[in-house]
Amino acid sequence: MLRVAAAKRRGNFSLNVEFELAARGVLALFGRSGCGKSTLVNIVAGLLDPDSGRIELDDALLLDTRQRHKMPPERRGIGYVFQDARLFPHLSVAANLRYGQKRAKGPVYVTLEAVTQMLDLNSLMDRRTHQLSGGERQRVAIGRALLSQPRLLLLDEPLAALDDARREEVLPYLETLRDELAIPMVYVTHDFSEVLRLATHMVLMEAGHIVAEGPLGDMSLNPQLRALIGPDQVGAIIDGVVLTIDAQNNLAKVRVGGGELNVQATGLTAGMALRVQLLARDIIISTELPQYLSVRNSIAGIVTTVQSDDAHTDLITLDIGGKYLMARITRSATRELALTPGAKAWALVKSVSLRGHSFAAPAT
Amino acid sequence: MSLAVASRSVIFSLPLAILFAWILARGRFIGRTLLDAVVHLPLVLPPVVVGYILLLLFGARGPIGAWLQSVLGIQLVFTRNGAALATAVMSFPLMVRAMRLSLEGVDRGLEDAARTLGAFGWDRFVTITLPLMLPGILAGAVTAFSAALGEFGAVITFVSNIPGETRTLPLALYTALQSPNGEHAAARLACLSVGLGLAGLLLSEWFTRRVRRLLGR
Repeated sequence: MLRVAAAKRRGNFSLNVEFELAARGVLALFGRSGCGKSTLVNIVAGLLDPDSGRIELDDALLLDTRQRHKMPPERRGIGYVFQDARLFPHLSVAANLRYGQKRAKGPVYVTLEAVTQMLDLNSLMDRRTHQLSGGERQRVAIGRALLSQPRLLLLDEPLAALDDARREEVLPYLETLRDELAIPMVYVTHDFSEVLRLATHMVLMEAGHIVAEGPLGDMSLNPQLRALIGPDQVGAIIDGVVLTIDAQNNLAKVRVGGGELNVQATGLTAGMALRVQLLARDIIISTELPQYLSVRNSIAGIVTTVQSDDAHTDLITLDIGGKYLMARITRSATRELALTPGAKAWALVKSVSLRGHSFAAPAT
Repeated sequence: MSLAVASRSVIFSLPLAILFAWILARGRFIGRTLLDAVVHLPLVLPPVVVGYILLLLFGARGPIGAWLQSVLGIQLVFTRNGAALATAVMSFPLMVRAMRLSLEGVDRGLEDAARTLGAFGWDRFVTITLPLMLPGILAGAVTAFSAALGEFGAVITFVSNIPGETRTLPLALYTALQSPNGEHAAARLACLSVGLGLAGLLLSEWFTRRVRRLLGR
């Protein structure tokens, strides 16, 4: 359990935040560049002193400015993966990995073997750090941080310096860590696709303040998000379960709330947790069960809210049995279909427009 | 003789130079500029003045010299160790300067990374900072060594020119020039001097390149 309250003023920028992170999960600190995310993680790591604040991790008090208590970073047991990797250039990959391991204080929960296997580092061990590609550097940096047996892992935009191909190469490793290790992580990013892939919780930051926070599913419906990711990326994110696989048609049935969705089955197996993103712009609303359509998915629900999205469109939120999804439709459609809270409606989604991400550790 | 004096001078001043480089590069305190100036003083003073000051401080009746003599039984004036001290003081600023520059070039981010991995102050310095400033340390040591080989004024003032004890290469060269028929000896010594200097520079260049390659720069 991580509890953070911190305030810092620097020039005309001021940071003032308060948040918590449960024992397990990935908390995404999401916001534009310069909104104070990195400042915040540096404060948590102890590399930067806040003007005032209090930080607790599990049962340890890391910082309390009122008591004039400050635990130095080397004692905090917090792993940190920097954007620029910061591998030690005078040491080999193996020596970099062992650097933190040798100095680890807490109980050992990952071994060198486990880390090299999880991050696929075996072939890199004897290399010098300047012989590594950007993606390899980050993998080594993640391994090095993990081997110090931290109680919390901070990742400050670890993929921001990589091109798309390298990013895709590292992301699966991060998913593996999240699913296999019981270590809480704070993941700083300004890229929503990384949030979608990795986060269980999200803290939305703007100009040094937290504007919204919560489990990612709830946050995906938050209207504050729209300003950051743009209207086209707005859409419900739902953690579901793969029910069955129809290999012949390459379709998987996924339970989301009270309904079922057909998703392309590539890479999926029955029983696995799957996160699906249903972009609001891809969803069609119907007030009766449609027939004779090519659409593979129709889910029944009840309209809960109707918000105006911009001058001519509305965002309709639909309760589909404990889970919610959002559709963007034109205002005239809202009027003609008489969509008001409480109305019964069906959401139609094309299978091909669904994006699924394996997610073995659903939001707690 | 000269080599013995110069290497002694470098070996003893090395740790101290690293300490001063550290203080000057990282320290935040009042009087840092003053300390900086004091360290660099031998660079701008006439060497004879430095020798004279050393004589005042470390001479048999000087405050430090008398203490060393009575407590530790060390005599510096007119000895080889004294020559080493004089050259060390003279070449100290060169050494500190090179090290300070390389220390300022060390990425603080790497030290921060070491902190998050649990490395405390001294451990961090030895395992991260020191290896990263190695090129600067080598460069500083070689420059200082060369300067120590050539130091004349401070040595002759402080420890005089005693054959077999404090007669370093430049002193011997000077002596040879002063004595009749000494031209041949002088020429030999001059050649030796050029050779040593060249060898030192080449060696340091080679070292630095090796270290750089190791660090991947």
